[in-house]
Amino acid sequence: MSIQDRKIDDEGLAYGVSKLTTDKIQQTFNALINNETGAKLKAFSETCMRCGMCAEACHFFVSHGNDPSYAPVGKVSQTMSKLLADNGKVTPDDIYGMAQIAYTECNLCRRCVHYCPIGIDVAYIMTTIRRFCHKLGVTPQYIQDTAHSHSATMNQMWVKDDEWIDSLFWQEDEAREEFPGLRIPMDKEGADFYYSVIAPEPKFRTQLIYQAAAIMNQAGCDWTMPSMPGWDNSDMCMYSGDFEMMGRLKRQHYELAQNLKVSRIVMGECGHAFRSIYDNGNRWLGYKDYPVPVVHSIEFFAELFEQGKIKLTGKIQEPVTIHDPCNIIRGYGLMDKLRYVAHQLCDNIVEMYPNREHNFCCSAGGGVINCGPPFKKVRVEGNLAKANQLKATGAKICIAPCHNCHGGLEDIIHHYDLGIELKFLGDLIYELMEKPE
Amino acid sequence: MNSLYNFAVGPLAWAAFIILAVTAVWRLWSMYNLAKQKDASSVAYMSWQFSLRSIVNWLIPYNSLGWKTNPVLTAVTFIFHICFVVLVIFVTPHQILLENAFGITYPTLSSEAADVLTLITIACCCYFVYRRVTNVTVRYVTRSNDWISLGLVAAPLVTALLGSWGVGGEIMPLLHVLTAEALIVAIPFTRLAHILFALFTRAYIGSEFGGVRHCKDW
Ligand code: SF4
Ligand code: SF4
Repeated sequence: MSIQDRKIDDEGLAYGVSKLTTDKIQQTFNALINNETGAKLKAFSETCMRCGMCAEACHFFVSHGNDPSYAPVGKVSQTMSKLLADNGKVTPDDIYGMAQIAYTECNLCRRCVHYCPIGIDVAYIMTTIRRFCHKLGVTPQYIQDTAHSHSATMNQMWVKDDEWIDSLFWQEDEAREEFPGLRIPMDKEGADFYYSVIAPEPKFRTQLIYQAAAIMNQAGCDWTMPSMPGWDNSDMCMYSGDFEMMGRLKRQHYELAQNLKVSRIVMGECGHAFRSIYDNGNRWLGYKDYPVPVVHSIEFFAELFEQGKIKLTGKIQEPVTIHDPCNIIRGYGLMDKLRYVAHQLCDNIVEMYPNREHNFCCSAGGGVINCGPPFKKVRVEGNLAKANQLKATGAKICIAPCHNCHGGLEDIIHHYDLGIELKFLGDLIYELMEKPE
Repeated sequence: MNSLYNFAVGPLAWAAFIILAVTAVWRLWSMYNLAKQKDASSVAYMSWQFSLRSIVNWLIPYNSLGWKTNPVLTAVTFIFHICFVVLVIFVTPHQILLENAFGITYPTLSSEAADVLTLITIACCCYFVYRRVTNVTVRYVTRSNDWISLGLVAAPLVTALLGSWGVGGEIMPLLHVLTAEALIVAIPFTRLAHILFALFTRAYIGSEFGGVRHCKDW
């Protein structure tokens, strides 16, 4: 019933911790409290009634047989409360456990907010622990690698500039067989929008770029894709605690739109990337609103359907369920738009419960899946709740308009042998839309 | 004994309330300044509309996911807070003190009704204790501060009830006043600080959910 009983070997954490002393920890903690945190953390810490009402909210808690050390307040108690009570005077070994909790046992999904009468944002507290661990240099190896990639290449997957451009040309080339005359317009100044994706798309899921190009082409959009860094909208630095880098990434993403003189940015089907532009990155940069309008694919597809720009040949008849990704639903309220688009595509939608802003997280979000193989088991076993939800719908197809959710749900479907096929909205639109003979 | 009692309900009570007023204002003011200085990117989203929306929705029993999931605790929490506030304002001795100090009069509870409400409130405290001990999660996160706060709240209730039953003679009313004063002074420095801050944390998270997240927070 404590993180000390379930430590997992991770090279990044072990290396970081090996360099720590209690003094350094204390100094860094004091600097964090004095320079970075404020009334939010203070009020949350003092006002929490230790009532435990938030416990049932968390998939980690309910999936681990109601183990209190996985409850939201249980995680706070083992991390921030301990640090505050001891004025940051904790051992390097304690830091290992705290990092493991904050990075791998909380998805920052904010489901627990719906359960807390005081309104405490445990995700914020866990984010602050991650920030602290980042400053101490104690980060899980895999997510740190993506953060390094961000700072070296401005994308998450070490994609080189020419590889990115090649991937776009390659997809354009492939797609022209099916859609003669199709273009992926590169760096087209003054286009209506530029389309940004996460780096795993050119790396592993290139067909998504193909599909997006097909949809834009058929819908007659005035669009472009940038050749320059900034094309990757993902942001693992937001999750590793490297906020300086998060700021650089987001600035580049926005400024690219300004350089290209496009009216807005359309972002692919990703949740965390969206969170980084409407919630975290923008705040770090001091933007209350976007300097350039940004829409998520869900909003964009809804727009295309409303304007009659996508013609379908039919709809999916089998039962289909919808997974609500935290970062765009509980994070941004796109549940109705998601349902509007899903109902355009499918005749038989079976809702899973709880849903909409009360949904359970996929357990991959918040950078947890990015912490890599060492922590996979915790995340998958920590989401029996989602597996049960999925199973109860009886659907064989699940729409999940988010990359992280795909990764997480894929593992859950496999582990619990659910036999469900996952789809992006783009997959279904591409599958169903009218194509040239 | 009488002079001690008079001192407790007189100068000491004034002192307790003045200390509360000063420290509460100081705590709220410094929290506000800290928020302005360090949390500007959160304060920027504060909104009256969404704050009130959140507060109102959480004031409705069994409306939020949290209240629904914890049905017994919800009932006890609502009953406890309502009874406590009613007792503080509407028991006759409190009204008499107010009348003596400020000349304020209003209808009050009969002493039987006050006893029943006090019993109910004590029963609620017992439930809180029971839950703190038996609920694994709550036990896991409970520290001495939680017990101190619970004790501070329970003490004036118990002494009031015993006093009204005539137990302990003259000492009980005195103990009631002293424990109540301890409670008053402790508010800004213990878990009881939620009396000062919970409205604001609620308003803040309500504003975030309304303005940034475009969804409900209950
Ligand atoms: S995973 Fe979600 S519900 Fe659990 S503690 Fe983190 S933010 Fe709260
Ligand atoms: S529900 Fe809120 S107040 Fe209660 S323990 Fe959880 S975070 Fe603390």
